[in-house]
Order: sequence, then structure tokens, then C-alpha cells
Amino acid sequence: MTTDMPDTIPALEAGDISVVLGGHKVLDIQSLQVRPNEVLVVMGPNGSGKTTLLLCLALLLKPASGTLSYGGVPVLDTKQILELRRRSAVVFQDPLLLNNTVWENVTLGLRLRKVKSDESRARAQEWLERFGIAHLARRQARLLSGGEAKRVSLARAFALQPEILFLDEPFNALDSPTRQALLEDFQSVLRETKVTTVMVTHERNEALVLADRVAVIISGSISQIGTPEEIFSRPADEKVAGFVECENILNGIIVTKQDELVGIAIGNNVIEVVSDCRIPERVSVCIRPEVVTLSNYKSFSSARNCFTGVITRIVPSGALSRVEIDCGFPLVALITKRSADEMGLENGKTVYANFKATAVHVIKR
Amino acid sequence: MDLILQGIAKAFTLLIHGDPEVIEVTLLSLVVSLAATAVSLFIGIIFGTVIGLARFPGRQFLVSLINTGMGSPPVVVGLIVSVLLWRSGPLGLLSLMYTPYAIVIAQCTISLPIITGFTMASIQQVDPRLRLQILALGASRWQYLWILVKDTRLPLLAAVMAGFGSVISEVGAAMMVGGNIDGQTRVLTTAIVQEVGKGDFGLAIALGIILMALVYLVNLALTIIQQRSKPR
Repeated sequence: MTTDMPDTIPALEAGDISVVLGGHKVLDIQSLQVRPNEVLVVMGPNGSGKTTLLLCLALLLKPASGTLSYGGVPVLDTKQILELRRRSAVVFQDPLLLNNTVWENVTLGLRLRKVKSDESRARAQEWLERFGIAHLARRQARLLSGGEAKRVSLARAFALQPEILFLDEPFNALDSPTRQALLEDFQSVLRETKVTTVMVTHERNEALVLADRVAVIISGSISQIGTPEEIFSRPADEKVAGFVECENILNGIIVTKQDELVGIAIGNNVIEVVSDCRIPERVSVCIRPEVVTLSNYKSFSSARNCFTGVITRIVPSGALSRVEIDCGFPLVALITKRSADEMGLENGKTVYANFKATAVHVIKR
Repeated sequence: MDLILQGIAKAFTLLIHGDPEVIEVTLLSLVVSLAATAVSLFIGIIFGTVIGLARFPGRQFLVSLINTGMGSPPVVVGLIVSVLLWRSGPLGLLSLMYTPYAIVIAQCTISLPIITGFTMASIQQVDPRLRLQILALGASRWQYLWILVKDTRLPLLAAVMAGFGSVISEVGAAMMVGGNIDGQTRVLTTAIVQEVGKGDFGLAIALGIILMALVYLVNLALTIIQQRSKPR
């Protein structure tokens, strides 16, 4: 299990961290460990405390209470904090470059750390090249485009050769193609350097691509931590499910049970699901829209669940179509636009919706 | 009309021939005002940075004092410095009254609030997230302050211009604490006042032209620096 205690000393460990702002407890983390060389992605809705947590971990915000350890050594005094900050690097959502040349910006952290000028020059050059911006070295940093500036801030962070890298929604303000290109470069750099990384994002794609583990933080505390697959396919509770965009969340009650196969009554319908729940437990059922298939005929597929429904709305989104169906309960299916066209889907049309008993995730309530 | 034409003609004669008295007065003006600006720049940047960043009780009151000081009348400053430096005053033992040092002290007192105020405003304008980024890069307390000041160097140039402009052109304090002693504490502004009093418009106009030219040249130099490194 990925949630077991690791054998090695965690690169970073937080215990009972709380942050109070204006009399409100905005962060309350009982325990969080960042393992050496892992990429931990912190996800959560806006205002959930992701950035606050990151600032605490990066020693840029003093929590009201709690303990932090770097490599098993508790962080106690101010002198230690400066030294630890010099062993890590932080990339914020905005590039936050100083009013100077790109070169000056990338070498600044190295100069603060009193790295020898030869080495500092070599490292800056290396990372400017690595992020494809060596030709911008003499340019004024604040005149760069958003994507270029972001690359400078990443080069500045990696040139420090940090033991821990903190990133706060680093790709947020970029347009889609710029973001995609940078994400690919960043991903290969992460794989190569194997730097221990804590990254805050609310982009599910970034988590899926980059994360070894994902922590979901909701209302200031960690609701679930695990591999991306665990988080996205088996959310721990309704809130996590809602956040990870498990769009079909239905409340029901277990009515039948045969070995691992249970029947869950949702209104007048029964969904068959593989689960260890018992009769008559109350549960929430999560069905990801991608797992629902549609057909014009009652099919003989192996899917245990087949419902007849009427299309209430079709929302195109890029190459996909989001189809909302009323099957006696609301169900959303995500299918390619092409198959939606081929099937001649339109509002008011009757279709058959199928999904497997194993594709449904059940949360006890 | 004749008066003006004669005055201008005399001014050009004095300027072209490099009249020793004109040169002496000009040099003293420059030295005194540059010294005053430099001293208040040094103290003002430190004060402005600290007050701009720190949060302490009474801060608002202090800021309001600085803002008032930015517009304080040179005559009143001259009065206060005179009282302090007067032979029987608290600093009378230093015998600074009617020396160039007294003018430097008075002009410092005039430009210090201006430079402190400008520094404070420009430091406070720095994005708080940029401050966090500087700390995150591993800056110690002193490195942090130094980087902030360097990053706000353009608005600080405005502080230098305003500070220097205010002291080179003030007359009240220089007259009061310097005494306009020929060959010792006579500066451009006090000399102009005196020459106009005597009715010697030629010398007054010559000195006036020099004063304007000085102010212009210093500001031109600073403007060139400012525009060259302007980010946008």
C-alpha cells in the first residue's frame, strides 16, 4: 500500500500544523510526509488552503502551531530557517522576476547562497539552455512574455539545485499551447533530476502526468492522500469525489448482496456494483462520465448495468461531448463528438446507457 | 526694458569670462547641495525602507510626520536649525553657525523627509509576493533589504531628483544658517537675493541662469538613467 509508512526518513514531515487567519482556522494538517525523490501534488478547490500549506512547508509562513522536520531534523530557530530556505526553491504562480536582466535573475539565488562565480555561471547557462531560453539571457526580465518569464522562474529554481522544490500552480496563468509545451519540458526535467517536489495545482491533468502521490486538501485539512489512480478512481468521500470531477454522484441504499456484487437502489432503479458494503448501508455511488457508454440499441455487452434514458442536454467540449441523460436518475456520459454524431444524438432521443459493475466507486455515508 | 537687456548682456559677459566670484558661488552651491542630498539619501533610504516594511505602534503617526516634512517650509527648517546651532543653543559648542556645514545640516533636514517619503512609497509598492520570492531565494535579512532597494532604484531616482531640486533652489534656510557671507557661505540663491536687493540685475541674472542650468543638467542626467533602464 502506498499509504504505509515509508522505511526511509521523509524529506519533509509536518505534524499538527495549523494556521489561523483573522480568528479563522484556515489550515489544520494532522500529518503529512513528503518522501525523498517523490512528486507530491497537492490538489484542492479554491480557498482550501493549498497555498497556505505550501508556504508553511517552504518555511515562508510561520504556522500558529505544529512541527516541521526537514530530513528528520526538526526546524526550530530562525538561523536554521535561512539555511533550509537555501536548500530549497520555490516557484510561484506568477514568475515574480526582479527588474533586471534574465541572467541577473537566474543567478540571483546563487549569489545569495555565495556559490562561486564560475559554478554559478555554468549552472545558470545550463538551466537557461535546458528551458530553451539561453538566447534571452541579456533581455530585461520584465519585458518577457508570460511563457518566457515562467521559464526564467523555473530555470532560476532549478539552477539552485534544490533538495526540495515547491511549486504553487506554476502553469496556471499560461495559455493552453504554451502550458502544454512547458509542462512537457518540466516533466522531463523532473524525471531527470528526481528532485523531491511539492506542487500545488487544481489541474487534474497535471496531477495525473506528474504526481507520484496526490494529497487532496478540502477546507484546510487533508481529505485523502494516495496515488493519482486511487484518488481519481476511488475517492475517499463525497467531497473528494466532487472535487475530482466524478460527475455522477448518486445517493442510494444497498438492497441486495450476492458475494461481492451488491445492488444499490437509487430511486426506482437498481445499480449493480462490486463492493464490500452490506444491506442496508447508505452509500454514495460515483460513476465517472468516461466509463458510461451509450448505444442506440439494447446491447448485449458484458456491462452489468444498462439503463434506458432520454437525452436532456448535449454540451460539446472540444473533441468530446458531454451528454446528460435522464434514466430516472441523472446520468452524465462523456463520449467522443464523432460517435455522438454517428449515433445521431440529440435532445429528447432515447438511448441506452451502459457501465460495468467494476467501474463504479462506492463511498459509505 | 533697458534694465533687462543690460542685465542679460552683463550676465553673458560674466559667464563667458568665467568671473571668479560667480565660479566660487556656483561651486559652493553644488558642493553643499550635493552633500546634503547624499547624506539624506543614505539616511532616507534606510529610514524609508524600514518604515515601509515594518509594522509597529505609532507607525501611522510617524508616516504622517514624514508626509508633513515633505512639504515643510525651508524658512521654518532654517529657524529650527538656527536655534539648535546658535552659540547658546544645545549644539552651540560645535560652532557650526554661519558655516557651510550649517547649510548642509539645514538642507539635509529639508530633503530627508522627501527622500524618506519617496523610498517608503516605492518600497511599499513592491508586490508582497515578490518579497516572498526574494526570501524564498534564500536572502538573509540584509540581502533582502538590499535587493528590495535595488529593485526600486527607478522610483528612488525620482527621490534623488526631488531631494536635490528642493535643496539647490531653497533660499530661506541657507540665508538664515549660512548668513550669506562673501567667500564663505554665499550660495547661488542667497547671492541672487542679495544682488537683486542691490539692484545689480546683471549678476543676479547670470546666477539665475547658472542655477537653472544646474537643476536642468542634474535632472537630465537622472532622466537619461531612468529612461534607459525603464522596464516598459
